[in-house]
Amino acid sequence: MLFAYVLIVIVIGSVLFHFVSPWSATPLASNWQSMDDTLTITLAVTALFFVVINFFVAYTLLRYRHREGSRAAYEPENRKLERWLIGITSIGIALLLAPGLLVYAKYVNAPGDAIVLEILGQQWQWYYRFPGTDSKLGLTDARFVSATNPFGLNPGDPAGQDDFLIAGTEVHLPLNKPVKVLLRSHDVLHDFFVPPFRARMNIVPGQVSTFWFTPTVIGRYEAMCAQLCGIGHPNMRGHVVVEDDARFQAWLKAQSTFAVTLASASRPVGASPSTGADNQVAQGQALSQSRGCAACHTADGSARVGPTWKGLYGTPRLLADGSTVLADEDYLRRSIVEPQAQVVKGFPPIMPPASLGNEEVAALLAYIQSLGGATSAAPAPAAGQKAQQ
Amino acid sequence: MAYAEDTSHHPQSFWTRYVWSQDHKVIAVQYACVAIAVGLVGVMLSNLMRLQLGFPGQFEFINAERYYQFVTMHGMIMVIYLLTALFLGGFGNYLIPLMIGARDMVFPYMNMLSFWVYLLSVLVLMASFFVPGGPTGAGWTLYPPQAILPGTPGHDWGIILMLVSLVIFIVATTMGGLNYVTTVLQARCEGMTLLRMPLSVWGIFVATILALLAFPALFVSGVMMLLDKTLGTSFFMPALVSMGQVTGYKGGSPLLFQHLFWFFGHPEVYIVALPAFGVVSDLISVHARKAIFGYRMMVWAIVIIGALSFVVWAHHMFVSGMNPWFAFFFATSTLIIAVPTAIKVYNWVLTLWRGDIHLTVPMLFTLAFILTFLAGGLTGLFLGNVSVDIPLSGTYFVVAHFHMVMGVAPLLVVFGGIYHWFPKVTGRMLDDRIGELHFWITFLGTYLIYFPMHYLGLLGMPRRYYNFDGYQFIPASAHALNTFITVAALIVGAAQLLFIFNLAWSTFRGRRASANPWRAASLEWQTPETPPLHGNWGPQLPVVYRWAYAYSVPGAPQDFIAQNAPPEAGGQEPEPHPGPGRAKGAVA
Repeated sequence: MLFAYVLIVIVIGSVLFHFVSPWSATPLASNWQSMDDTLTITLAVTALFFVVINFFVAYTLLRYRHREGSRAAYEPENRKLERWLIGITSIGIALLLAPGLLVYAKYVNAPGDAIVLEILGQQWQWYYRFPGTDSKLGLTDARFVSATNPFGLNPGDPAGQDDFLIAGTEVHLPLNKPVKVLLRSHDVLHDFFVPPFRARMNIVPGQVSTFWFTPTVIGRYEAMCAQLCGIGHPNMRGHVVVEDDARFQAWLKAQSTFAVTLASASRPVGASPSTGADNQVAQGQALSQSRGCAACHTADGSARVGPTWKGLYGTPRLLADGSTVLADEDYLRRSIVEPQAQVVKGFPPIMPPASLGNEEVAALLAYIQSLGGATSAAPAPAAGQKAQQ
Repeated sequence: MAYAEDTSHHPQSFWTRYVWSQDHKVIAVQYACVAIAVGLVGVMLSNLMRLQLGFPGQFEFINAERYYQFVTMHGMIMVIYLLTALFLGGFGNYLIPLMIGARDMVFPYMNMLSFWVYLLSVLVLMASFFVPGGPTGAGWTLYPPQAILPGTPGHDWGIILMLVSLVIFIVATTMGGLNYVTTVLQARCEGMTLLRMPLSVWGIFVATILALLAFPALFVSGVMMLLDKTLGTSFFMPALVSMGQVTGYKGGSPLLFQHLFWFFGHPEVYIVALPAFGVVSDLISVHARKAIFGYRMMVWAIVIIGALSFVVWAHHMFVSGMNPWFAFFFATSTLIIAVPTAIKVYNWVLTLWRGDIHLTVPMLFTLAFILTFLAGGLTGLFLGNVSVDIPLSGTYFVVAHFHMVMGVAPLLVVFGGIYHWFPKVTGRMLDDRIGELHFWITFLGTYLIYFPMHYLGLLGMPRRYYNFDGYQFIPASAHALNTFITVAALIVGAAQLLFIFNLAWSTFRGRRASANPWRAASLEWQTPETPPLHGNWGPQLPVVYRWAYAYSVPGAPQDFIAQNAPPEAGGQEPEPHPGPGRAKGAVA
């Protein structure tokens, strides 16, 4: 009767596992306590069924196992018992469903006073936009999308000029204010998922989807993509910082508007004030994180979706078309601005052109250079820079 | 058709007998062999993907691209090319004519064609491993736009071959399906009323109807996506920017594909589950020597589950971005389907109650199915209840749930069913010791894999991640658990070779089986020859006088009464049916 005993051990083991396992939901950091509560109710009810039914099976196996000369009873039906079981199950199901639907009714009705945050998913990074002083988001269209205008904002729409476009993959939110999130994509499906907030929704190109939540705990939370969006999917990361309202307002004011971004993108190279070399390298490193480069390009020599940056600078690169090119500044700059032009052999031609100003490209180049490479082949360092070994 | 006339068509040469065979039994074995072979590829792919999850970065050949290709091909192979083909093409083909007392399927030539078209679909699928760019890595759901855009592995040849293979597979399933449904409705022997059919036939019959109604949705979405890919139509493609380039697509809807996919995809769960339900009912009844409890309720539950399975699809889309108000309907319909499903579980365990339980290898697999299906079914109540689903959707909780409920559970039934019917198919028994070893490793191993996996999902670990480098909220212990799961998966994967060995060895060297080694009442065990010859029944078709569950009938000399035993033997169904084969005055 090994099976009956194993069954008992499995049931007891599973229940114990639930209480002693170190893995459980992340601490809640939003208003959706009710989602956790419905989960707890569901867990309790289903666990009860699981334990009772399995113990019943174990008992019947012990009690009614075959013995010499024993014979089964003949009871093909028992209408009364069947009706009772249907009744009890239906009540149990209704008790699970009712609270679930009540919570959901709240989920589909965002509060009217919620602040609006737009999240744009793009392979493989996040972009954020807040409406400006006019409280209106500017119109967008896929045909306006470019490296300098990832949102596809219509430059002709006055409502868009004052929209705050957040640089980098970190967004800030004020504590205890409901946030209505509008979700857009220009390429494929994504899903903005911050486990401690519980709330989430898929991002679908061609439409705007939405969800809402109220952050209730100050902190910095990891955001990730939870709908397969291609090869860089696991590296599509962001952060949400929840802080008090005053800090949030200060942070928001420091962000540039669409009008400012448009102007700065047209600035020529070298227009930036003299930046120290170390400073530039640090800026490049920060950019590689915030703009999602690091999702595909490592700094430690390991290959991800794209070639590593370690030891890259100044080395010869074998291209997909069989030719070889030296990874000098010109090549690297071109690879950032026009990634499909010269793809290294063995890597898929899937890098999107980066939406970077010339100054930012220079910082990235400095950072890549700082990760080492063939010194002999390296051209003379740019003014004020020293090639680091 | 008279039997004498039939015998003149008996195939003689090796080729017509075993290769271009029109005998449902041979076709069933052909289907089963191909499905098991491709299933082994699927298991191997899952082990490769687990290697990456358990030991990230240790195996250099598993890069991100390959990982997604393994994930995708594993899913599609297991769901479509293994489980669907094995239950309908394998079990359906073998059992339907024998269980209802027919000589063969009503369209034997189409039945043969169905197998060869299925084989073609498998070959096309396997070919995608060898095309430039490799097989598609879009996930088994193949969601556009990403499935056909750069940035996804195999977005050129891989996805095209996948879609073509699916379209071919659906042609095969349709040919087989029309056959099964017509055979059940038209070719039952005298006395075999619908409510005397074994539940295996009921499960396969209803599953086949679901397949005939659901697969067309996949067919059209496959064709539409092929057109989007090759001709640049925009069924599923809105205005897009891909890798920085504005594409020519305009105005399509990615959600339309998801609706079509899940309109197929949810019934697909039951296309796999309903035959398993039926087979389990028969196995429990035979090996507990007791009439299945509440037969008519079981039939109604199968029919109702089948019908409801067409109105629950969007519970796969609660966070898809569809109109959020739909979710009220779909959450409700989803939880309602739990009621007939629960009835089935109750009736299985109530069949054990006061039974005479023989713990044979088929019975072990059946009991393991009940535990696994219960666990997987109950977690379905989490995911079907929309507000519980929101945080769990897309996490490892979902992976654990569907592997329990529609991966492991039906496979346990496949194993149980093969151990049960192998003696009828080959005339030899499978080896019990190897069988028990295979059983314990598979049963305990899969539970150890999937039960803790739910907790990774609760933690918020998303599925379809190549690696989890640098996520702060994931503790080191979760990575350790992943390593543990991988080790368990490797062991379970390797243990399947025991099963393959057992099949191969026992086919030629196994202990000779008697005609009815389990002393079962249903008709397939009452053939004049074992294995049954072409035409199944010799000169005379059987006549049926009772249902298939006359076990331990009080007063009967044996603890079972065959369906075709003379009417005086008793053991009729609870409310005896009128018409031919009815035993006058017989009392249950």
